[in-house]
Amino acid sequence: MNSRENVSIIEPRASWTLLDLQELWHYRDLFYFLAWRDVKVRYRQTVLGGLWAVLQPLMTMGIFTIFFGQLAGVPSDGLPYPLFVYTALLPWQFFSNAVSNSGNSLIASTQLISKVYFPRIIIPSSSILCGLLDFAVAFILLVPMMVYYGIVPGSGILLLPVLMAGFIMAAIGVGSILSALNVHYRDFRYVVPFMVQIWLFVTPVIYPASMVPERWRWMINLNPMAGLISAFRASLLDQAVPWADLVVSGLVVLLIFAIGLFVFLRMERRFADVI
Amino acid sequence: MGDTTIQIEKLGKRYRIGRALGRNQTFREVLVDAACSPFRRMAGMFRSPGIATNSDQETIWALRNVSFDIRGGDTVGVIGRNGAGKSTLLKILSRITEPTTGRVRLRGRVGALLEIGTGFHSELTGEENVYLSGAILGMKHDEIRRKFDEIVAFAEVEKFIRTPVKHYSSGMYLRLAFAVAAHLDPEILLVDEVLAVGDVSFQKKCLGKMDAVAHEGRTVLFVSHNLGAVQRLCRSAVLLERGEVKAYGPAAEVSALYLKDGMTDALSWRRSAPAQSDIYFRSIYMRGDDGEPLSCVTTSDSVRVVLQFVVGRRCRDLQVSLGLLDRSGEQIFGTAPQDTGLTPPEEPGEYTAVVTLPAEILMAKTYGIRAALWVPGLGILDRQDGLQFSVQETASLCNSIPEGRHGQIAIRCEWKYERPDDEETRNGKHPAMAQPSMG
Repeated sequence: MNSRENVSIIEPRASWTLLDLQELWHYRDLFYFLAWRDVKVRYRQTVLGGLWAVLQPLMTMGIFTIFFGQLAGVPSDGLPYPLFVYTALLPWQFFSNAVSNSGNSLIASTQLISKVYFPRIIIPSSSILCGLLDFAVAFILLVPMMVYYGIVPGSGILLLPVLMAGFIMAAIGVGSILSALNVHYRDFRYVVPFMVQIWLFVTPVIYPASMVPERWRWMINLNPMAGLISAFRASLLDQAVPWADLVVSGLVVLLIFAIGLFVFLRMERRFADVI
Repeated sequence: MGDTTIQIEKLGKRYRIGRALGRNQTFREVLVDAACSPFRRMAGMFRSPGIATNSDQETIWALRNVSFDIRGGDTVGVIGRNGAGKSTLLKILSRITEPTTGRVRLRGRVGALLEIGTGFHSELTGEENVYLSGAILGMKHDEIRRKFDEIVAFAEVEKFIRTPVKHYSSGMYLRLAFAVAAHLDPEILLVDEVLAVGDVSFQKKCLGKMDAVAHEGRTVLFVSHNLGAVQRLCRSAVLLERGEVKAYGPAAEVSALYLKDGMTDALSWRRSAPAQSDIYFRSIYMRGDDGEPLSCVTTSDSVRVVLQFVVGRRCRDLQVSLGLLDRSGEQIFGTAPQDTGLTPPEEPGEYTAVVTLPAEILMAKTYGIRAALWVPGLGILDRQDGLQFSVQETASLCNSIPEGRHGQIAIRCEWKYERPDDEETRNGKHPAMAQPSMG
């Protein structure tokens, strides 16, 4: 029995608490295990398993190409429409799935929250990781597509890790607020799918950002996903990266991330009492 | 090992009841409220817990002004009625919920066992669940890997460790879940009534492990309703009543205090309806050693059943009998005054018969009493049947052997070991040496 002098104090927390990074590091194993559990269960239960990760963007791409690309004649910045929409769908579906999953994550873990202690932020955060795996699988399909259309990514590809970090931060920010609100107000669950659907239409996934008049461009970039997805598409498909859009969206992402964490930490204390 | 490991100072926990409890507020309501009084209601979401924002929301103090110290290596039982605050105390100590007032100072790693099978997922295999559950309870990955074989052996599920847990029997599930928790090795262990689930053998395993943990010198806090277990395992105990500390001291003393207040149904019957005949029972109750009516019965009590009856006319051959019944009404045994060479009275008057049951015969079950006044050939003059009472388990004959006694009552029998006596065998008197008669 090791006798680490491990003194801890439990008392009512001050209203203003910062994220305890040291504690999070201590619980990093749990973070990994919860994500691993989600992946294992997901891939074990469905008949399609990992195939769904690819089918979802592929099928959506097909439908959008037919109805928006061909029939409605939506422009696509000079790119072949299927490729245009697929590259946007990848990060979009990561984000929308992550938001839905993390929004419900706390409610789904009622037993854990009321019986064990660990920093609760781990629950919505780890539920996002499963989406990353799906994203990676679907991303692989992009390669043959790009070969088929003869497009080679330019130097913009270096931006990808930064953009991925942005997507993750946005997902964590939004997911945290939603999951916390869901615990206290159970009907919030019904808002999420509707919200996500509307969000899709205000993001330049189906249509290019260039379709929005220059004057109003800044408004659409208040949507954090807008600038990120435009930049993602541009950097992969060798187009000019829209820096202005990216900066505006990037700032919004940072803001949402900070607010999300703050709200979550504030409401965290009452979870076990209310859930 | 003698210094203070857990220091609790003026701990309090307030819950909001009324509107906030039972029914979760919907967001729609919040929006409507917000429209009526813009900032107040929305801000209520973010306010620190415990402050009542609304006059129609009552608050209750689940814990109030709780202070006591626990020394390292002590095993402390936490007892009290339902709603006394025992589970709330554990929840605060394991950081699941925050205190409203006061503070706690803990020295050492804390492991909490508030439920069996926390984090288990039915689709995963036993092995995967061990790792998952271990991580949830706070163990590191390599720690789990090191102890994995031990855990599986303790749970006795080696053959099935690769099958998904949804195929396990409930017994296997419990054993595996407990095995993971049992290998936590924290300096401070908090246990909340986990013994309430599972069968007898599982409960014995739980108790055994907790006993072992206590002997290793760790500090254990144990919430339970099973006073027998508390007295066996714990050196000290704290009694909570309505959120406050009523007593803290040696386990036996505190348990006795708890019992004296009386929380179980004890036998106490008094005639309310008019009798059918002029020979009838007036009251039946139980009395303890001190001559006072027992408000609750424990397994270690020497119980006397007091029968007060009225004989309204001269009656020859009056019989009185008392039967002990099991929970379903089956008679376990019967007794009558003839056991002591007495006969029931013949002359009219009021009588009080005191029947002393053999010591420590009762187990921790629900029993019934049947008493009858009758005359052979004539019939039953008065009968009171199915008067139930529950018996609280304390350290006594019924739990004096490891696996516990089975059966309806506990009877002490005389045992002795016999050895072949040299003298007897030489003389051929030993039974084993008896020659079968020939011819």
